[in-house]
Amino acid sequence: MAKTYNAGVKEYRETYWMPDYTPVETDILACFKITPQPGVPREEVAAAVAAESSTGTWTTVWTDLLTDLDYYKGRAYAIEDVPGDDTCFYAFVAYPIDLFEEGSVVNVLTSLVGNVFGFKALRALRLEDIRFPVAYVMTCNGPPQGIQVERDIMNKYGRPLLGCTIKPKLGLSAKNYGRACYEGLRGGLDFTKDDENVNSQPFMRWRHRFDFVMEAILKAEAETGERKGHYLNVTAPTADEMMRRAEYAKEIGAPIIMHDYLTGGLSANTQLAKWCQDNGMLLHIHRAMHAVLDRNPHHGIHFRVLTKILRLSGGDHLHSGTVVGKLEGDRDATLGWIDLMRDSFIKEDRSRGIFFDQDWGSMPGVIPVASGGIHVWHMPALVNIFGDDSVLQFGGGTLGHPWGNAAGAAANRVAVEACVEARNQGRELEKEGKDILTNAAKSSPELKAAMETWKEIKFEFDTVDKLDVSHK
Amino acid sequence: MSDMQDYASSLEDVNSRKFETFSYLPSMNSDQIRKQIEYIVSKGWNPGIEHTEPANAFQNYWYMWKLPMFGETDVDAILAECEACHNAHPKNHVRLLGFDNYAQSAGASMVIYRGQAV
Repeated sequence: MAKTYNAGVKEYRETYWMPDYTPVETDILACFKITPQPGVPREEVAAAVAAESSTGTWTTVWTDLLTDLDYYKGRAYAIEDVPGDDTCFYAFVAYPIDLFEEGSVVNVLTSLVGNVFGFKALRALRLEDIRFPVAYVMTCNGPPQGIQVERDIMNKYGRPLLGCTIKPKLGLSAKNYGRACYEGLRGGLDFTKDDENVNSQPFMRWRHRFDFVMEAILKAEAETGERKGHYLNVTAPTADEMMRRAEYAKEIGAPIIMHDYLTGGLSANTQLAKWCQDNGMLLHIHRAMHAVLDRNPHHGIHFRVLTKILRLSGGDHLHSGTVVGKLEGDRDATLGWIDLMRDSFIKEDRSRGIFFDQDWGSMPGVIPVASGGIHVWHMPALVNIFGDDSVLQFGGGTLGHPWGNAAGAAANRVAVEACVEARNQGRELEKEGKDILTNAAKSSPELKAAMETWKEIKFEFDTVDKLDVSHK
Repeated sequence: MSDMQDYASSLEDVNSRKFETFSYLPSMNSDQIRKQIEYIVSKGWNPGIEHTEPANAFQNYWYMWKLPMFGETDVDAILAECEACHNAHPKNHVRLLGFDNYAQSAGASMVIYRGQAV
């Protein structure tokens, strides 16, 4: 029988709280951590979040009756306590796949983290995880090349790749900048990297940077006989300008370019990733602005969601945190989102903060990039944590070597190879790291000097955003 | 400044040429090679041997020594093939690969006999 129209405000839970609903395999599922205003029942807030992130608005409208709202609505289907924190709770919401444009992470985020985050009945709201059904995954283009293709392009097998961000971040001329790259590459790095805020400033316009850096790459390749690259940052004020820079990078033969996917925007990123795939280019992704979104444990978007969004939008590398360096990152949580970058199927695992099974179908993986405050003494732990499919990126840890970039690069290269050799022999890197490095330094004065320079540096601040566990 | 060392590497000096994984470490002795072979076998990868004139080491395709040793797990047999390749091509780089057919990539790749630099 047809419904009748009753104007006015209904409680959300009458329509959007469906504890008996069993999600279907094509649903997009979301887990929100909700901190409600005092006195508002959990079911009502969860239903409100489901409503405001899907079909609902604050009042009944007559046009609701022109469609099958019971099909299109988001459904809050479960509520769970947050271990160790009774100010908030988890709400699980299922959305029918019809609600989202194919291949558009922009559209998914606009719904799931749109108006609902400003909703008055909430004190705070955090999107903890999204399950993308494989039916939706396969509508997205994903990483331009993927891990195996990158290994083949760069000819790097059986070890992590080594990178270095050029410093100082700002102020070098293009020619001096190219010098810093050349020195790092000839010393044994695979990649050097533009810092994220290097775009095209008056002191170094992008085109000169590209030209000088390309000469550095070619000379280092001829000198060492190994393949080299530099992440040429094409992040730009407009997508047109971004594409112009990308085209030029291709024209001069650069193997890899770089984009900041959050500040540059997801539309631009998805466009660039598709272009990279069509043009055989690798794409390195930086994540400036992520900590604004992901650091507060009660509000925002967890990085594991931003990781999934990037894999769908497209990128071959993504910064992941280091666990051991100067930047925030809980170890188990980091291991969780590293798996989300690289693996094809990731099982629900609350001990790593993973709320849903995630099937990536045939979508290639993304290489995690460990960067920020790391040096040779961290190498054993980094190789152990990240394994071979990673880029270990030492900025200050290369450039700050007392003998310069080439020596700093060689120190890191010797260290990573010594750690990989030892790991392959079955040795425990994090226990025997000191012995392994000390032994390798016997044939590498560069490594010995690096070990003397950075011996005492440790980073042991407590992590602000920890996984929710009851013993916190 | 007196403590500072120059990083000796140049286009002119052929000893500057490297050959990817483990080429920044001293040449492996036979015990070390054996352990790397054991690692490849333990991973379930298929060992393969390739070689090249050092001058052509930058190219993707080195010469295959026979076919990859599919299913071979006998470390001595693999070691013997490496030596046979080296004896047949003493001036060439000889590399040992571990082909991971699930990843469709080499899980390991290392030059275990270093040819004469040119």
